[in-house]
This record gives sequence, C-alpha cells and structure tokens, in this order.
Amino acid sequence: MDEILEILEKDGCATAQDIAKMLKKKPENIKQAIKKYEKEGVILGYKAMINKELIKDAGSRVRALIEVNITPQKDLGFEKIAERIYSFPEVTSCYLISGTYDLLLIVEGKDLHSVAGFVSEKLAPLENIRGTATHFLLKKYKEDGVVLKHREENKRIAISY
Amino acid sequence: MKNIISTKVKNMQPSGIRAFFDLVLGMKEVISLGVGEPDFVTPWQIREAGIYSLEQGYTSYTSNKGLYKLRLGLNRFLKSEYGVEYCPDEEMLITVGVSEGLDLALRALLNPGDKILIPTPCYVSYGPMTELAGGEPVYIDTSKDGFKLKPGVLEKHIDKKVKGIILNYPANPTGVSYTRKELEEIKKILLKHGLICIVDEVYADLTYDFEHTCFASLKGAKNNTVYLNGFSKSYAMTGWRVGFACGPKEIIAAMTKIHQYSIMCVPITSQMAACEALQAGRRSVEEMKREYKRRREYIIGELNRIGLVCSKPQGAFYAFATLKKTGMSSMEFCQKLLKEQKVAIVPGTAFGENTKDYIRISYASSLDNLKEAISRIETFLKNKK
Ligand SMILES: Cc1ncc(COP(=O)(O)O)c(C=O)c1O
Repeated sequence: MDEILEILEKDGCATAQDIAKMLKKKPENIKQAIKKYEKEGVILGYKAMINKELIKDAGSRVRALIEVNITPQKDLGFEKIAERIYSFPEVTSCYLISGTYDLLLIVEGKDLHSVAGFVSEKLAPLENIRGTATHFLLKKYKEDGVVLKHREENKRIAISY
Repeated sequence: MKNIISTKVKNMQPSGIRAFFDLVLGMKEVISLGVGEPDFVTPWQIREAGIYSLEQGYTSYTSNKGLYKLRLGLNRFLKSEYGVEYCPDEEMLITVGVSEGLDLALRALLNPGDKILIPTPCYVSYGPMTELAGGEPVYIDTSKDGFKLKPGVLEKHIDKKVKGIILNYPANPTGVSYTRKELEEIKKILLKHGLICIVDEVYADLTYDFEHTCFASLKGAKNNTVYLNGFSKSYAMTGWRVGFACGPKEIIAAMTKIHQYSIMCVPITSQMAACEALQAGRRSVEEMKREYKRRREYIIGELNRIGLVCSKPQGAFYAFATLKKTGMSSMEFCQKLLKEQKVAIVPGTAFGENTKDYIRISYASSLDNLKEAISRIETFLKNKK
C-alpha cells in the first residue's frame, strides 16, 4: 500500500505538508496524489473517531449486530437485496459473510425499541429475507483497530541514554 | 569508613549530566526527545507469549547459556538474515541485554593494561565498562570525519597494547552506519593487527538506506568478532532485558564462565517472549521501522530548517545536530531549553569529549510530539536572537 495511505489511515488529519516532510516529497505532489485517491474513491472520506461513552449528552444510542438470511435473486445474487438493505440510514455497516448467514449488518437506533422496530417492520418483511438474528451490543472494547480507552499515560522514563 | 568504596569504582568518571537528568525527571509535562528507547510497547503477540509462559508455570532457571529453543531460533535467524552461522551449543550465549554481553566480553578478554579502542562519540557504557574490566579505553575522535571511523585514523591508534575495538553501528548517538565496503576496510586493518572486534549491532534492524551488514559476515572476520545484539530496540523490548552474544567457541566459553556465576541465566519469561519475537515479531519490526523512517525524514528536515544542522542518520532513532549556529554549548542549550520551553534533549557531552556543541535528538516519539517539540525549539531559538 502507498505510504500516503498508510499515514492517512492512521491519522486522517495529517496535512499534505507533514506527509511531504515524512516521505521527502513535494507537498504539491502529495496533494495531487491525495486528490487522485479521493477522485478514484480509494479515499472515501475523513472523520473523527469519537468515544461516545465519554460524552454525557450524546444520547445513548443502541447498536445491534444483525445476521440476515437471504434467498439470492436470479442473475443478481445478493447485490440488489444488499443495496435495498444498506440504503436504510439505520444500517451503519453491511457485510456479505460466509457461514450460516449471508449478510451481517450493524444497525443503530436511539433505543432498543427503535432497533427492534426496524428489524420487524423494515427488514424482516422484505421479500427474499428468510430470517434474522439480532444481537444487541452491550459494550465496545475496540473498534477499527482502536481500543476505546482514554489515552494511556507515558510509561517510559523521560530521559535515558 | 573512608575507604569503603573500591578505588576502581571511586575513580569512575561521574557522569557530568546526571544532574541534568535529575532535573528532567523532576519536571512535569516535559516533551522529551531525550529517550533512548522505542516509544512503542512490545507487540502484543510477544507480551502474550510471556504471559502464557507464566500461566504454564515456566518460572524456573534455564541453562546458563539460555533456552536451547531461543538459541536455535537465533541460529536460524542469523543464517537467513546475514548468512552467518553460529553453533547454538558452543558459540552463543543469551545475555541480559547487550549491556551484559558487553561487560562479559570485556571481562573475558582483558588483562590489566590492555587497551580497547572506542570511536567517539559513543554509547555511554563503553568506557566505564572497559575500565571496570581492567582495561584502558583509547578514544578515537570521529567528529572531524562525519562521525565515521576512517581506516587510516583507526590504524594510527593501534599499538602493541591494543587488544581490540568496540564498534557500534548503527550508532547511538549519531545514527551513523557503515556500508559493507566501509566495513571491509575496517576489518582488513583489524585482522592485519590481530585485533578483536566487539561489535554492538543492537540497532541493526533500524537501518534505513542500505542493507545492514553483520560484521561477522565479512570474510575472515568471524574468528575475531564478538557479535552482540538483542531484542531491546528492534522489538521494543527494552524492559525485558534479553540479548545475545555470539563468537568463537573459546571466547563464548569464557564469557559463559562469568555469566554462570554473576547472572546464572536470563529470566525465563523474557526468553520465552524472545522466542515468540523471532517467530511472530518480524512483521512488527518492519512496521516500526517504516514509522521511524518517516519520522526521520520529518525531523531531519525540520531541524535543518530551524538552523540545527544535522546530516541524515542512516540508522537507529537519533539525530545528532550541531549548535554551532546558535553559539551555545550543548549543556547550556539543553538546560535553557528545558527551563524555558520544557523540551528535554540530551547534550552531546554525554557521549564524548569532542561533541560539546552537539545535541542528540531522539525521534522515538510520536509525530505529534515531534511537531510540538520542533515548534517549541523554534520559538526558543527566535527568543535567543
Ligand atoms: C548502542 C547501544 N548499545 C547497547 C544498549 C543497551 O542495550 P540493551 O538493552 O540490550 O542492554 C543501548 C541502549 O541504549 C545502546 O544504545
């Protein structure tokens, strides 16, 4: 993978200037490369990772992993039905998986009822859906490689040979 | 109670910058670029292997030489990485870091009055350990040669009393390393005079611009080489205290003799973790190396931009910058910088006589820290004008 992407994947705030300094390239070239990645859809966006458990007024959101069983459509396979499902704003992630189920969704709602309502009223009635299994998430420990802990204190001694 | 401490220890040079270190340690919220160890924690697989070994009840001594499994793993690693073959039974010893390996080698080799050549600036323990082992350090100033030992300069320092040299590359504090061709030249002279090369390659895995050459892999060098390395820097394992020494059977046997009485063996937990490091840690080594390399580009560019001139180090994680443009001595610079801007760096005087106007900047620190430190140093320099 291009080192520009490696850097941005870790730190979306890294400026073209800083990246240029790290890779010993011209800032303009880095800017161009990033533009190109954005245009091609390699870089889809930038956002902050927020630990919502630390925010008092974030409004407690409920999240559930939902496994979905589907009858694939002739010629279209899973694509069409997956699109119908992931277009719902409640669905924050959608994966095609191997194993007993076909799709794995992450669904967010403001409380248990709204998630349950989404499953029973929106998801389950869709044609081609043969069954669902809903798992509510109780606690987040790690997400996308980031451990949800407050920044750890420095354990090294401040100066050494 | 006047003479309670041995004369030898009494005569050891007290480190002139101890007081400065204490000052740093007593201060809060300092940004430190003065740290001589990785800022990464040991990769999890390795930590997990240590924990697992404890759970399994591995809490005993190991053989004096160290776990056979670890020596075998090292044998394979050295063969595949450098094409050097050391016999796990007779030519290898697991040590408490390079630190112990160095101490053992010097004690095993030196008779009173034997001289050891030490290119400077150098890692702080070379001189004192040589003296404690009864030898006499002969410092070779490399500050005029871009901090590289030049073959001609080396040869000038050799006389009948000289038994060997301590060679360190990539080097702490300068980051300087040597190409195979340069090492060949040094080797030729050492062999010509029958000298032993105690080589400290603890930063070998952090070589950025060319392939690291293991000194023992040079043709004909192995018989005169005591090869020291360890897990501290490559695998971010400084606190585990594991290293290894490889060399001719006779020397390793002598070192093992001392080791069996003074240390017995390296803690088994650390040895178990080191086995895992060789198995599963190489990927992490590569990842950390890429990160250091990016920081190197960043910090070297920035230091030169703000007037702290330094050439690009080829390895380790240090930049060695000159203060000539500032007109300050390194001690003055470091003290004032600490007081005024709360940035800690190590004065060049810590590493030798001829580096009074140099500072060592460690880039084993996050980019955010490096950025903040540079901005503070820049402010500091502007205020001094
Ligand atoms: C050049 C050099 N040699 C040896 C050591 C000590 O290494 P170890 O942790 O293996 O004892 C260090 C640590 O800073 C070093 O910089």
